[in-house]
Amino acid sequence: MTVTVLLFASYADALGTSAIELDVPSGSTVNDVLGALSTMPGGDRLPPRPLVAVNEVYASSATVLDGDDEVAIIPPVAGG
Amino acid sequence: MRTALVDRPIDVASLIAEVSDDSCGAVSVFLGCVRDVNDGRPVTGIEYSSYRAMAEREMTTIVSEAANRFDVTRVVVEHRLGTLGLRDVSVAVVAAHPHRAPALDATRYIIEELKKRVPIWKLEHYTDGSRDWVGAGSLDSVTSR
Repeated sequence: MTVTVLLFASYADALGTSAIELDVPSGSTVNDVLGALSTMPGGDRLPPRPLVAVNEVYASSATVLDGDDEVAIIPPVAGG
Repeated sequence: MRTALVDRPIDVASLIAEVSDDSCGAVSVFLGCVRDVNDGRPVTGIEYSSYRAMAEREMTTIVSEAANRFDVTRVVVEHRLGTLGLRDVSVAVVAAHPHRAPALDATRYIIEELKKRVPIWKLEHYTDGSRDWVGAGSLDSVTSR
Protein backbone atom coordinates (compact mmCIF):
# COMPACT_ATOMS: atom_id res chain seq x y z
CA MET A 1 0.00 0.00 0.00
CA THR A 2 1.02 3.60 -0.43
CA VAL A 3 0.97 6.29 2.24
CA THR A 4 1.74 9.97 1.82
CA VAL A 5 4.40 11.27 4.19
CA LEU A 6 4.38 15.02 4.83
CA LEU A 7 7.46 16.80 6.14
CA PHE A 8 7.55 20.34 7.46
CA ALA A 9 9.98 23.06 8.46
CA SER A 10 13.31 21.66 9.69
CA TYR A 11 12.33 18.09 8.77
CA ALA A 12 11.54 19.10 5.18
CA ASP A 13 14.96 20.75 5.03
CA ALA A 14 16.61 17.61 6.41
CA LEU A 15 15.16 15.33 3.73
CA GLY A 16 15.07 17.94 0.97
CA THR A 17 11.36 17.45 0.27
CA SER A 18 7.98 18.20 1.82
CA ALA A 19 6.08 15.11 0.60
CA ILE A 20 6.99 11.49 -0.13
CA GLU A 21 4.78 8.73 -1.55
CA LEU A 22 5.95 5.69 0.35
CA ASP A 23 5.20 2.05 -0.45
CA VAL A 24 4.93 0.00 2.73
CA PRO A 25 3.62 -3.50 3.48
CA SER A 26 -0.01 -3.86 4.60
CA GLY A 27 -0.35 -3.52 8.35
CA SER A 28 2.60 -1.17 8.65
CA THR A 29 2.69 1.19 11.61
CA VAL A 30 3.86 4.75 12.10
CA ASN A 31 7.05 3.28 13.52
CA ASP A 32 7.65 1.35 10.28
CA VAL A 33 7.31 4.56 8.28
CA LEU A 34 9.78 6.30 10.62
CA GLY A 35 12.18 3.41 10.08
CA ALA A 36 11.89 3.76 6.30
CA LEU A 37 12.47 7.51 6.50
CA SER A 38 15.58 7.04 8.63
CA THR A 39 17.29 5.14 5.80
CA MET A 40 16.70 7.91 3.25
CA PRO A 41 19.30 10.59 2.53
CA GLY A 42 19.02 13.12 5.36
CA GLY A 43 16.75 10.79 7.33
CA ASP A 44 19.42 10.40 9.99
CA ARG A 45 18.74 14.06 10.90
CA LEU A 46 15.23 13.25 12.14
CA PRO A 47 14.91 12.46 15.85
CA PRO A 48 14.16 8.80 16.63
CA ARG A 49 10.66 9.54 17.98
CA PRO A 50 9.23 12.68 16.41
CA LEU A 51 5.64 13.79 16.85
CA VAL A 52 3.44 12.24 14.17
CA ALA A 53 -0.09 12.93 12.96
CA VAL A 54 -2.14 10.54 10.87
CA ASN A 55 -4.86 12.19 8.78
CA GLU A 56 -4.42 15.43 10.74
CA VAL A 57 -4.72 13.91 14.24
CA TYR A 58 -1.77 13.26 16.58
CA ALA A 59 -0.96 9.54 16.60
CA SER A 60 1.35 7.13 18.44
CA SER A 61 4.23 5.22 16.90
CA ALA A 62 2.17 2.01 17.19
CA THR A 63 -0.72 3.34 15.10
CA VAL A 64 -1.51 0.92 12.26
CA LEU A 65 -1.82 2.61 8.88
CA ASP A 66 -4.23 2.14 5.98
CA GLY A 67 -3.53 2.76 2.32
CA ASP A 68 -3.74 6.44 1.33
CA ASP A 69 -3.24 7.60 4.92
CA GLU A 70 -1.51 10.96 5.29
CA VAL A 71 1.35 10.64 7.78
CA ALA A 72 2.73 13.98 8.90
CA ILE A 73 6.05 14.17 10.74
CA ILE A 74 5.71 17.17 13.03
CA PRO A 75 8.76 19.16 14.18
CA PRO A 76 8.57 20.91 17.57
CA VAL A 77 5.75 23.41 17.13
CA ALA A 78 6.47 27.11 17.57
CA GLY A 79 3.33 29.09 16.90
CA GLY A 80 2.46 32.34 18.57
CA MET B 1 -16.40 31.39 17.82
CA ARG B 2 -14.08 31.69 14.87
CA THR B 3 -10.49 30.66 14.19
CA ALA B 4 -8.42 31.36 11.10
CA LEU B 5 -4.97 31.23 9.61
CA VAL B 6 -4.50 34.42 7.62
CA ASP B 7 -2.02 35.66 5.05
CA ARG B 8 -2.62 39.37 5.71
CA PRO B 9 -2.15 41.74 8.64
CA ILE B 10 -4.38 41.08 11.66
CA ASP B 11 -6.92 43.85 12.26
CA VAL B 12 -7.31 43.84 16.04
CA ALA B 13 -10.09 46.45 16.13
CA SER B 14 -12.26 44.38 13.81
CA LEU B 15 -11.70 41.28 15.97
CA ILE B 16 -12.80 43.18 19.08
CA ALA B 17 -15.90 44.39 17.25
CA GLU B 18 -16.59 40.85 16.06
CA VAL B 19 -16.85 39.34 19.58
CA SER B 20 -18.28 42.27 21.54
CA ASP B 21 -21.95 42.78 22.28
CA ASP B 22 -24.05 44.69 24.81
CA SER B 23 -23.77 41.88 27.38
CA CYS B 24 -19.96 41.89 27.45
CA GLY B 25 -18.48 43.81 30.36
CA ALA B 26 -15.06 42.40 29.55
CA VAL B 27 -13.06 41.93 26.37
CA SER B 28 -9.67 40.27 26.79
CA VAL B 29 -7.09 40.66 24.03
CA PHE B 30 -3.80 38.80 23.69
CA LEU B 31 -1.42 39.73 20.88
CA GLY B 32 1.76 37.85 19.99
CA CYS B 33 4.27 40.10 18.23
CA VAL B 34 7.62 39.63 16.50
CA ARG B 35 10.39 40.80 18.84
CA ASP B 36 13.92 41.85 18.09
CA VAL B 37 15.92 39.29 20.08
CA ASN B 38 15.64 35.53 20.65
CA ASP B 39 18.15 33.59 22.75
CA GLY B 40 20.49 36.56 22.55
CA ARG B 41 20.46 36.68 18.73
CA PRO B 42 19.23 39.86 17.01
CA VAL B 43 16.14 39.09 14.91
CA THR B 44 14.98 41.02 11.83
CA GLY B 45 11.85 39.00 11.05
CA ILE B 46 10.10 35.64 11.23
CA GLU B 47 8.72 33.42 8.49
CA TYR B 48 5.66 31.47 9.74
CA SER B 49 4.56 28.24 8.07
CA SER B 50 2.04 25.58 9.05
CA TYR B 51 0.44 22.23 8.36
CA ARG B 52 -2.58 24.22 7.41
CA ALA B 53 -5.45 21.72 7.58
CA MET B 54 -4.32 20.28 10.91
CA ALA B 55 -3.52 23.70 12.38
CA GLU B 56 -7.04 24.89 11.57
CA ARG B 57 -8.48 21.75 13.13
CA GLU B 58 -6.40 22.08 16.33
CA MET B 59 -7.26 25.77 16.72
CA THR B 60 -10.96 24.95 16.47
CA THR B 61 -10.57 22.15 19.05
CA ILE B 62 -8.75 24.43 21.50
CA VAL B 63 -11.40 27.15 21.26
CA SER B 64 -14.12 24.54 21.88
CA GLU B 65 -12.22 23.32 24.95
CA ALA B 66 -12.02 26.89 26.25
CA ALA B 67 -15.75 27.35 25.68
CA ASN B 68 -16.46 24.23 27.74
CA ARG B 69 -14.06 25.11 30.54
CA PHE B 70 -14.83 28.79 30.95
CA ASP B 71 -18.27 29.22 29.37
CA VAL B 72 -16.80 31.72 26.94
CA THR B 73 -18.21 31.46 23.43
CA ARG B 74 -17.56 34.94 22.09
CA VAL B 75 -14.02 34.19 20.92
CA VAL B 76 -11.99 34.84 17.81
CA VAL B 77 -8.43 33.64 17.11
CA GLU B 78 -6.35 34.59 14.10
CA HIS B 79 -2.79 33.42 13.43
CA ARG B 80 -0.85 35.02 10.61
CA LEU B 81 1.43 33.09 8.22
CA GLY B 82 4.17 34.33 5.91
CA THR B 83 7.05 36.70 6.54
CA LEU B 84 6.55 39.21 9.36
CA GLY B 85 8.71 42.09 10.51
CA LEU B 86 9.45 43.40 13.99
CA ARG B 87 6.33 44.42 15.96
CA ASP B 88 4.00 42.73 13.49
CA VAL B 89 1.17 40.85 15.20
CA SER B 90 1.55 37.12 14.56
CA VAL B 91 -1.41 35.91 16.64
CA ALA B 92 -4.47 37.49 18.23
CA VAL B 93 -6.79 35.88 20.79
CA VAL B 94 -9.86 37.95 21.67
CA ALA B 95 -12.49 36.74 24.16
CA ALA B 96 -15.55 38.61 25.38
CA HIS B 97 -17.76 37.75 28.36
CA PRO B 98 -20.02 39.57 30.81
CA HIS B 99 -17.21 39.29 33.41
CA ARG B 100 -13.43 39.60 33.28
CA ALA B 101 -12.30 36.36 34.93
CA PRO B 102 -13.72 33.97 32.30
CA ALA B 103 -12.54 36.23 29.47
CA LEU B 104 -8.99 36.36 30.87
CA ASP B 105 -8.90 32.64 31.69
CA ALA B 106 -10.11 31.64 28.23
CA THR B 107 -7.57 33.90 26.54
CA ARG B 108 -4.72 32.45 28.58
CA TYR B 109 -5.83 28.87 27.98
CA ILE B 110 -6.12 29.37 24.23
CA ILE B 111 -2.71 30.95 23.70
CA GLU B 112 -0.93 28.42 25.93
CA GLU B 113 -2.54 25.43 24.18
CA LEU B 114 -1.96 26.98 20.76
CA LYS B 115 1.75 27.22 21.47
CA LYS B 116 1.87 23.58 22.60
CA ARG B 117 -0.27 21.87 19.98
CA VAL B 118 -0.91 23.81 16.79
CA PRO B 119 1.48 22.78 13.99
CA ILE B 120 2.98 26.15 13.11
CA TRP B 121 6.71 26.82 12.75
CA LYS B 122 8.93 29.87 12.85
CA LEU B 123 12.00 30.42 10.70
CA GLU B 124 13.80 33.33 12.33
CA HIS B 125 15.90 35.70 10.25
CA TYR B 126 18.88 37.31 11.99
CA THR B 127 20.81 40.51 11.33
CA ASP B 128 23.84 38.55 10.08
CA GLY B 129 21.73 36.97 7.31
CA SER B 130 21.47 33.52 8.91
CA ARG B 131 18.19 31.75 9.66
CA ASP B 132 17.13 29.12 12.17
CA TRP B 133 14.01 27.11 12.90
CA VAL B 134 12.81 28.06 16.38
CA GLY B 135 12.82 25.20 18.88
CA ALA B 136 14.29 22.67 16.49
CA GLY B 137 17.82 22.42 17.89
CA SER B 138 21.20 22.84 16.27
CA LEU B 139 20.75 20.28 13.49
CA ASP B 140 18.29 22.59 11.80
CA SER B 141 20.43 25.60 11.11
CA VAL B 142 19.62 27.01 7.69
CA THR B 143 22.44 29.06 6.25
CA SER B 144 22.27 28.52 2.52
CA ARG B 145 18.67 29.05 1.45
